[in-house]
Amino acid sequence: MTGNSAETPQLELRGITKAYPGCLANDHIDLKIMPGEIHALLGENGAGKSTLVKTIYGVLQADEGEIFWEGECVKISSPHAARKIGIGMVFQHFSLFEAMTVTENIALGMPGRQDMKALEKRIIEISTSYGLPLEPHRQVHTLSVGEKQRIEIVRCLLQSPKLLIMDEPTSVLTPQEVDKMFETLRRLSTEGVSILYISHKLDEIKALCHKATILRGGKYISECDPTLETAKSLAEMMIGTDLHAPKRQTEGASGPVRLKVRNLSIDADIEFGFNLTTINFEVRGGEIFGIAGVAGNGQIELLSALSGETICRDAEAIQLDGKSISQLGPNGRRNLGLAFVPEDRLGHGSVPEMTLAENAFLSGFRRKNLLKGGFIDKGATAIYAEDIVAKFDVRTPGIKHTASSLSGGNLQKFIVGREVLQQPNVIIVAHPTWGVDAGAAADIHQTLINLAEQGTAVLVVSQDLDELFAISSRIAVIADGRLSVARPLSEITLEEIGLLMGGANGTTAEGGQAHVA
Amino acid sequence: MLLKIEKRSEYSRAMVYVTPLLALVLTMLSSIVLFHILGVDPVDALVNFFVAPLNSAYGRSELFVKATPLILCAIGLSVGFRANVWNIGAEGQLTIGAITGSALFIYFPDTDSIFLLPAMIILGAVGGAAWAAIPAYFKTRFNANEILTSLMLVYVALLLLSLLIHGPWRDPAGYNFPESQTFSDSATMPILVSGTRLHFGTLLALLAVLGTWIMMARTLIGFQIKVIGAAPTAGGYAGFSQKKIVWFSLLFGGAMSGIAGISEVSGPIGQLLPSISPGYGFTAIIVAFLGRLHPVGIFFAGLLMALTYLGGETAQINLGLPVAVTGVFQGMILFYLLACDVLVHYRFRLNTARKAAL
Repeated sequence: MTGNSAETPQLELRGITKAYPGCLANDHIDLKIMPGEIHALLGENGAGKSTLVKTIYGVLQADEGEIFWEGECVKISSPHAARKIGIGMVFQHFSLFEAMTVTENIALGMPGRQDMKALEKRIIEISTSYGLPLEPHRQVHTLSVGEKQRIEIVRCLLQSPKLLIMDEPTSVLTPQEVDKMFETLRRLSTEGVSILYISHKLDEIKALCHKATILRGGKYISECDPTLETAKSLAEMMIGTDLHAPKRQTEGASGPVRLKVRNLSIDADIEFGFNLTTINFEVRGGEIFGIAGVAGNGQIELLSALSGETICRDAEAIQLDGKSISQLGPNGRRNLGLAFVPEDRLGHGSVPEMTLAENAFLSGFRRKNLLKGGFIDKGATAIYAEDIVAKFDVRTPGIKHTASSLSGGNLQKFIVGREVLQQPNVIIVAHPTWGVDAGAAADIHQTLINLAEQGTAVLVVSQDLDELFAISSRIAVIADGRLSVARPLSEITLEEIGLLMGGANGTTAEGGQAHVA
Repeated sequence: MLLKIEKRSEYSRAMVYVTPLLALVLTMLSSIVLFHILGVDPVDALVNFFVAPLNSAYGRSELFVKATPLILCAIGLSVGFRANVWNIGAEGQLTIGAITGSALFIYFPDTDSIFLLPAMIILGAVGGAAWAAIPAYFKTRFNANEILTSLMLVYVALLLLSLLIHGPWRDPAGYNFPESQTFSDSATMPILVSGTRLHFGTLLALLAVLGTWIMMARTLIGFQIKVIGAAPTAGGYAGFSQKKIVWFSLLFGGAMSGIAGISEVSGPIGQLLPSISPGYGFTAIIVAFLGRLHPVGIFFAGLLMALTYLGGETAQINLGLPVAVTGVFQGMILFYLLACDVLVHYRFRLNTARKAAL
């Protein structure tokens, strides 16, 4: 640890540990934030950032460990207690009443009755002095996302906090709004307010933060000065240090184009969903094509458009072995040889409450002919399920047990095995080894490589760069609903990918788009 | 807290069977307290409720007569419940089924064909399904909550029946009583055992139990229903249409309730009356859950619930207890069952003294 030992940290965590059933979310995490410091908490999804922050804000209670506030050991039993000692938090998703005005929303979050006139005056004072323009009379539903976030920030600032926690604040902002918010945060920092800034966007952290604490898999990895690090070194710490040089299977796959996507655009129908903008790529038989990207940049929308769960309007946008499949549902696509492994194993790729045999039937009943005269062929289904279990080393007491009783890695092996045994022409795999132990991950990678060698086109969408570098032959990056141009693995560096992932280099992505289109 | 509720890694198969029995025991215990407060000897009351009705062959046959509409409605509802389609309007669908089925006799009272009764049953099923199609349409088209729409349609159906009975369908020879003509023999369910009211409808109910069992366990549509109910996203992944399942389960439930309705009016009742059901359609919800949404379970739960109807009548006659006791009984069973169901997915554990630094 660097830092001035004479100065007392604003907040110090020692050995914070929090376990959920079956998962150690925080494993003895230490953290020190000095007054006026902008401190980044960096880590992939599932690294334990949110759990740690919720512990600080009193939403969760740690199982072990101590929290020191201005040098004193404190217990933070609730968010109310946290606010009382001077901790404010801006959540990723807002908690605002759409049908009420800005002032009313802010008053609701404050203890006791409020003098609305006085409150309004203070809101205007604070918002103008920090460059966070707000109109107190406006109804919230008329505001933009950036303006809504300003309400949350002003709401915190009204309590004059000494520590402000921001949970992925830029994920919903435009670049211009991000710049404005950074100015505000720097200003707060000079006034002595500490800021804990949670993000996985490397460029933002390099631009804004004084210190960074990196978490991986629930463990404290290191603390560093992000301004002295490169995007590559930060990415390596975040993802895992063993980012070995790309090793490839077949140099430049020569098979025919099996999956072709042309100018695929989708308008998201959910809030915070991403619009897909003219996505172009093709996957050849025998190659593993990787799509990298930070979660929530359009992967879900892209995957559901490819699997047929969302039907896109453009009839020619998606082609499988030269046939347009845009208008087909999941079953029609499966009949033509498309297999799909979704990101969410429980509840999407499988029905948690159902047995392994039933889950084998779920996606395999057409390709494996498990319906005989309108009735489920239980015998054939059981043989198919046993086959998956045996061939893919699924550790389970038997196929009569439910999917939810399997560990993540075993269930993933089962689902991948189920799809692979259907002998697909194209397989789309989302986050194949997310939350899977190393042994199972290696098995799954080997399975995908073997499948590609048999001439199947494999598309892997993953956040795990290590994984993509290990198995894929070409990589493209999805950011903000746009896909960069695909590059052979030999021609792209980790740093470039990291920057594309962080969205720092949106122009390159668009430039690439122009090349393809 | 000393006791900790912990999620089981896999649901307990034993608890699936134990919890209905546990709910029954708790209901018994509570009813003992209840009877005590009402000033009735609890043992006497329980005997009157659960034993006395079964003392005679006639009583035992009545059990099946009462259970028939309960089982039919509950079978229909259970399919929807498995798919997370909450049709609670079986009472209305039953009523409409009775109306549409009876219409054939009302307009052709002199027909003496063996096809009259089968045609009435089919029309009853169609009528119930059509009534259930209204919530299905609103659910799939506007995402309207089927709990509300199906429930509200119950009252529309009851008023429609009342309107017909007081108006055009009133028996001209019935001294202005709000009743239809009494059904002719060819429009009446055949009696299975002479000297009882046990009728052909009971066979239909057994057929429904068997057919639905096979459908849910062995066919693709049954599989789709279970998948859509347990994990809709996984259903979408497998290419199953949620809308189709909503339509299917509502139409199926409506048809079953419709058959229940026509088998009541052309069975034990024998004519259309202003009130043709003591809430069978609502009690069927309890039957469906008490039977674990499984056709065989529903069969036994239907018999049990029928017993509470009979027992309620006996207790009314012998002990002077209010008829509401039946409703209280049924309500308690459902209440305890839902509470006990926590044990299927969770278990209680003594909180071991684990050090937690808060």
